[in-house]
Amino acid sequence: MSRPSDHIDSPAPRPRGDDVAQPRLGPIGYLRFFWRQLTSMRTALFLLLLLAIAAVPGSLFPQRSSDPNGVTLYFSTNKALAPVLDKLQLFDVYTSAWFSAIYLLLFISLIGCVIPRTIFHLKALASAPPRTPARLDRLGAFRAFEVASDQSDSAGAPITAASATEAARAMLRGSGYRVRLFDGPASSGGGTLSVSAERGYLRETGNLVFHIALIGILLSVGIGGGFGYTGQKVLVTGQAFANVRLTYDSFNPGRFFTDSALVPYRLILNKFSAKYEEQNRNAYGQPIDYTANVTTYDAAGAATKDVIKVNDPLRIGGNEIYLLGNGYAPSITVRDPNGKVVFSESVPFLAQDANLTSIGIVKIPDGLSTQVGMRGFFYPTAAKNEAGTFSSTHPDLRNPMLSLVLYTGDLGINQGAPKSVYSLDSDKMTEVAGPGAASRTGALRLTPGQTAQIPGGLGSITFDNKAPKSDAADLEKSVPRFASFDVHRDPTQGWVLFFAICVLLGLLTSLFIPRRRVWVKVIEQEDGRLRLEYAGLARGEDPGLDAAVAEIAERHSQRLGLKLTS
Amino acid sequence: MTEQLASFSLVAIYSAMAVYLFAFIAFTLDLAKRSAETPVAVTAVPAARVGQLASAGGTATLERPAAPAAPTIQRRSGRFERVAYALTILGWLLHVAGTVLRGVAAHRVPWANMFEFSLTASAIIVGVFIVVQLWQDLRFLGAYITGFALIVLGFGTVGFYVSVVPLPPALQSYWLVIHVFVATLGTAFFAIGAGLSLVQLIQSRREANRFAGLKFLDTVPGSVALENLAYRVIVVGFVFWTFTLMAGAIWAEHAWGRYWGWDTKEVWTFIIWTIFAGYIHARATRGWRGSRSAWLAIIGFSAVMFNFTIVNLFFKGLHAYSGLMS
Repeated sequence: MSRPSDHIDSPAPRPRGDDVAQPRLGPIGYLRFFWRQLTSMRTALFLLLLLAIAAVPGSLFPQRSSDPNGVTLYFSTNKALAPVLDKLQLFDVYTSAWFSAIYLLLFISLIGCVIPRTIFHLKALASAPPRTPARLDRLGAFRAFEVASDQSDSAGAPITAASATEAARAMLRGSGYRVRLFDGPASSGGGTLSVSAERGYLRETGNLVFHIALIGILLSVGIGGGFGYTGQKVLVTGQAFANVRLTYDSFNPGRFFTDSALVPYRLILNKFSAKYEEQNRNAYGQPIDYTANVTTYDAAGAATKDVIKVNDPLRIGGNEIYLLGNGYAPSITVRDPNGKVVFSESVPFLAQDANLTSIGIVKIPDGLSTQVGMRGFFYPTAAKNEAGTFSSTHPDLRNPMLSLVLYTGDLGINQGAPKSVYSLDSDKMTEVAGPGAASRTGALRLTPGQTAQIPGGLGSITFDNKAPKSDAADLEKSVPRFASFDVHRDPTQGWVLFFAICVLLGLLTSLFIPRRRVWVKVIEQEDGRLRLEYAGLARGEDPGLDAAVAEIAERHSQRLGLKLTS
Repeated sequence: MTEQLASFSLVAIYSAMAVYLFAFIAFTLDLAKRSAETPVAVTAVPAARVGQLASAGGTATLERPAAPAAPTIQRRSGRFERVAYALTILGWLLHVAGTVLRGVAAHRVPWANMFEFSLTASAIIVGVFIVVQLWQDLRFLGAYITGFALIVLGFGTVGFYVSVVPLPPALQSYWLVIHVFVATLGTAFFAIGAGLSLVQLIQSRREANRFAGLKFLDTVPGSVALENLAYRVIVVGFVFWTFTLMAGAIWAEHAWGRYWGWDTKEVWTFIIWTIFAGYIHARATRGWRGSRSAWLAIIGFSAVMFNFTIVNLFFKGLHAYSGLMS
């Protein structure tokens, strides 16, 4: 933080001659020396600029916190370089040792600067303005008038040194100055009275609030991260979710999180609707609205209907629930050769493009004579392109088609090692339907309601139509939607906002409220005339000082009933 | 209707560019002409100019400050300068009309993709430049500002043009209006501050007698005055930028579920904030006043430009709203 304004232009230290014997520093001396260095303005500025530079790599390399898939991709495309970069923590820049070191040093330096300045400022707040300098004309902003003897003010009373000083005192106090009267030293003609005034203490207060609030933000963020959590949950229309750790698809607790922080509630996704642009040809098919209609049940079981939209999270039980993603979850039923259902689920498929060409994985570990894995593509509006492959041309369900590549063999999940539900390790499996299958059968292509046989007589697969009663041409509701929700709890979020507002207010007052000292001196001269002197001293940036002194002189003379006529 | 309005908007923008081009030429000619004239440097009001204070029949003498004020430069604005400034205002009116038409065509604020953002940002930069003249005569920056606006509009119309499309759900928030507008306002002040710092750097070299050329610099304020002006402009920009950062965090909390996530755009906004925080502190650090802090102001503004162009186009992140297909 910037030094008190009086320090800005202190002269540079004189170069030290070699003949100066430097005292030996003991351990405490060295500690003191390093503390002085750390809390010096130069070091703070250096650390601040270093922080800016250190933040750059985080935008050049994918970060685990914001883009975990990017990191995985980087590892697979830069096999040699990635581990080295990882050692340098370049995929976790903002939690890395070196980034943390910089900002922690910066904040220690800041604290080391804020504490003494707060004490200094509290003392300044308690003390009266300083003694009037002997020679005001040496100050940058200066004005002087001479008033002839025996003048009287507008009320007819004679203008004396005492009345002029009193007028200045009242005027300055009225303008928010802290004032103090001084008597003397006596001049050759008579007495000298002066008013010493200071204003703008709020500037330093704002400066301190700004810096303390920055420390507050850092602490709040740290504490909030420790006690909060984030969790993700994918819900297919009709599915429910209870706020229990196990029901989350993924859950990232803070360091001090305990399960007792989970407030019990339940949420059901009743309906998810997506609207796409139909009128504007330049944006045809572009999403214009996503809405999730949900019903929530609190611990007592009372139901509330709610809506979650992209910019409009649901706040419940200390949580915020955000609608982040969505897509289709085709319903797939697998039967064994006897017609017994071994698998029947709506499987969320992850969207790959704006027209919701989606990829999904189905694993059937039990129930058939061998384990079966499926890698599927889902096209809400399937269209065959020139190369003979399919793609989706619209995100709505106009011509839905499911294309499945089937594998048999070992799914690799028997050892109990956790495997992502969104990936299939087909290395140890045999492709039985798809472009690589020995039988040269292509991928199975199904429209809603269709059933196909699994090659090898293993059973059958049905792509269920969820709205079979509607018109055969209207497939709009044939495939259920899913929505993915992020659930957050950040107990200190309100504090971060509070401190951020303090930062802004502190910044405004510290930059735009001028801190200045002003003196008005009335000198009785030998010939009985009164000499009025006005001077100002800026403390910190104060471009308006000269104008302010001129205005004070002007207003003071008006108050005394004097008028500039030249 | 939408497409027709959008094409009217484009016509207005092209016309504004043409007018800016002439303004730029006139400003440049003005700078050339300034080099030719010998400015009348007047040492301020003579010490102890005496005036009269009259009250109920008597007089009082007024004594002016004896301290010699910095020499002020008295020059009448040249013909080229007046023409250039008038053209700038005309171009700006067309520019604003084009930008507003674009917003009317789209039924929303005209800053939801890179094309619209370049229209609005350059309009605000020129607008701030025009308004600032009421406070200080900074017309010597005219060539810089109109040239800058021309480049931004050129890139915007040629490189970033997209048709009017509706807002994706993530942008449907009143924070779009607040956050982006204030960011643009901050950018405008940073742009003018960087221009002043640039002139300050050249001026201080000239004052150190490194080179005698560029005589027009005699007609602009000295390097210390330029530094003070730059500081006052940048400080305003810094307040806007701080607000942008906070408003962005609040919006991110609404839309993405976290107020800060080190997304590439967030990172760069933070970097810019840190650089300008450094700039403000540099003014209070011995050895960092003058040229060094001027460099910080220029680096800071370059980072703003980098954030708008390179980060938007080539960096992966959540703020991918250029509207351009990669």
